[in-house]
Amino acid sequence: MARSVSTQRKALNTALAWGIGFMIFFPILWTVLTSFKTEAQAIANPPIFINFDWTLENYGIVMERSNYGRFLTNSVIIAAGSTILGILIAVPAAWSMAFVPSRRTKDILLWMLSTKMLPAVGVLYPIYLLCIQLGVLDNRFALVVILMLINLPIIVWMLYTYFREIPGEILEAARMDGASLKAEILYVLTPMAIPGIASTLLLNFILAWNEAFWTLNLTSVDAAPLTAFIASYSSPEGLFFAKLSAASTMAIAPILILGWFSQKQLVRGLTFGAVK
Amino acid sequence: MATQHSRSAARIMMAPAVFVLLVWMLVPLSMTLWFSVRSYLPLRGGDQGFVGLENFGRFLSSSAFWPSIFTTLMIVGGVLLISIVFGILLAILLDQPMWGQGIVRILVIAPFFVMPTVTALVWKNMFMDPVNGIFAHLWRFFGADPVVWLSSAPIFSVILIVAWQWLPFATLILLTAIQSLDSEQLEAAEMDGASPLARFSFITLPHLSRAITIVILIQTIFVLAVFAEIFVTTGGAFGTRTLTYLIYQRVLESQNVGLGSAGGVYAIILANILAIFLMRIVGKNLDN
Repeated sequence: MARSVSTQRKALNTALAWGIGFMIFFPILWTVLTSFKTEAQAIANPPIFINFDWTLENYGIVMERSNYGRFLTNSVIIAAGSTILGILIAVPAAWSMAFVPSRRTKDILLWMLSTKMLPAVGVLYPIYLLCIQLGVLDNRFALVVILMLINLPIIVWMLYTYFREIPGEILEAARMDGASLKAEILYVLTPMAIPGIASTLLLNFILAWNEAFWTLNLTSVDAAPLTAFIASYSSPEGLFFAKLSAASTMAIAPILILGWFSQKQLVRGLTFGAVK
Repeated sequence: MATQHSRSAARIMMAPAVFVLLVWMLVPLSMTLWFSVRSYLPLRGGDQGFVGLENFGRFLSSSAFWPSIFTTLMIVGGVLLISIVFGILLAILLDQPMWGQGIVRILVIAPFFVMPTVTALVWKNMFMDPVNGIFAHLWRFFGADPVVWLSSAPIFSVILIVAWQWLPFATLILLTAIQSLDSEQLEAAEMDGASPLARFSFITLPHLSRAITIVILIQTIFVLAVFAEIFVTTGGAFGTRTLTYLIYQRVLESQNVGLGSAGGVYAIILANILAIFLMRIVGKNLDN
């Protein structure tokens, strides 16, 4: 039963929440606005909020100068590739753990989680060395595999928590009606699992897109994704706020939009089902 | 209900995931352990043989070690403090009836989806730049001298940047937990005359304790590993060298792999201690 609240109180809540929400969001808003300014307007004091001469010039400069397309392609290939590969490996595993649990299922799940806790820097040199020896330093495929391995525990866990919510009775009913294991999986379980798989896909695409340890340390030119593209702006060069903003906006816009769709799954995915 | 047939099928379905993770864990880990007991300088003579635990001792006694631990603790502690305290306040606020709740939620969660390198560079330049940053403009407006954030308050600056990324995460989890609180309990307490503060400390806070623990553990594990935010802001200068960053410098910048690997082993042990606590909570949840 919802508590009845006075309109006055509701208005106060609204004002406060919007104010704080705006403050937290402000750096993103400011970056997007600055990307449409000229360099001189970008550093103007007092800052100009809306009434500047909107220009797309910065986007042109950034794309021309740094071959934005290649970084974008790399980001898409690495994020999508690692997510899809991870799903292909994780779906059967999560499936069998959810529907044919054994005594060891819990231990295996927790062990998988523990591999996620391994600090990347602890194994930086071995991975770096292996990449050199296999000739895959600065290689997109190597990053696809590495990011898949990093996120695999999260993918398995998310899928497992979704699969466990599918009632077992449905399987029994299908079996009673004479469905084979294959038919059971294809026609009974898959349709029910699609939403869970889609959410997992989305969250892991975001995590892989933003990953900034391996992508910075294992790439230089050929395989460098957007994280590295932005890092190349870390040494300032004259007036560059507007260009930095344009580059940043291009790097975060696609993921912000996807992120807003996935906020519910975020809680489940990153707390390993402990908070739902 | 599971038959012998389905059991062996289950094992086969699980095998690829278990196998790749096992390889991913064991191979690099054993290499790190191997390097940590050797004097290994790839650019200066290569592998110079077994040195026992010398690297472990040298890593601890190097002048950079204790400052890096201090920095790490400050950053982890600062980020946790900000994200938990403000996360609880924000979660309570967002749980109140209001107009446009969905939109506010979107605004608050947005920073979590911003790439770490973008976050760090936007804050470093557009906010903390001592000449052209927003903060500098603001300080001048009030007649104060602009602060050179990244060199005069470096740890605070990094904390601010990382906290901005993680506050949304804490808020979202705490909000999810608050929403599962039975509102009738609060109403009953209100009718019995409990003050808002009493209601918060005796009903809301205990209800949140598990979510808070989870936020603490997960954030600690992720914030311990913070890299890009330091890489593109200070590059480890001005006392912002965390344990993670120190190991990175030993391994890739000064190419002292033996020493860096010993540091890596310490980092792995530290993370595992935390992981055990997290896994206990998560494991308990699996049983019901």
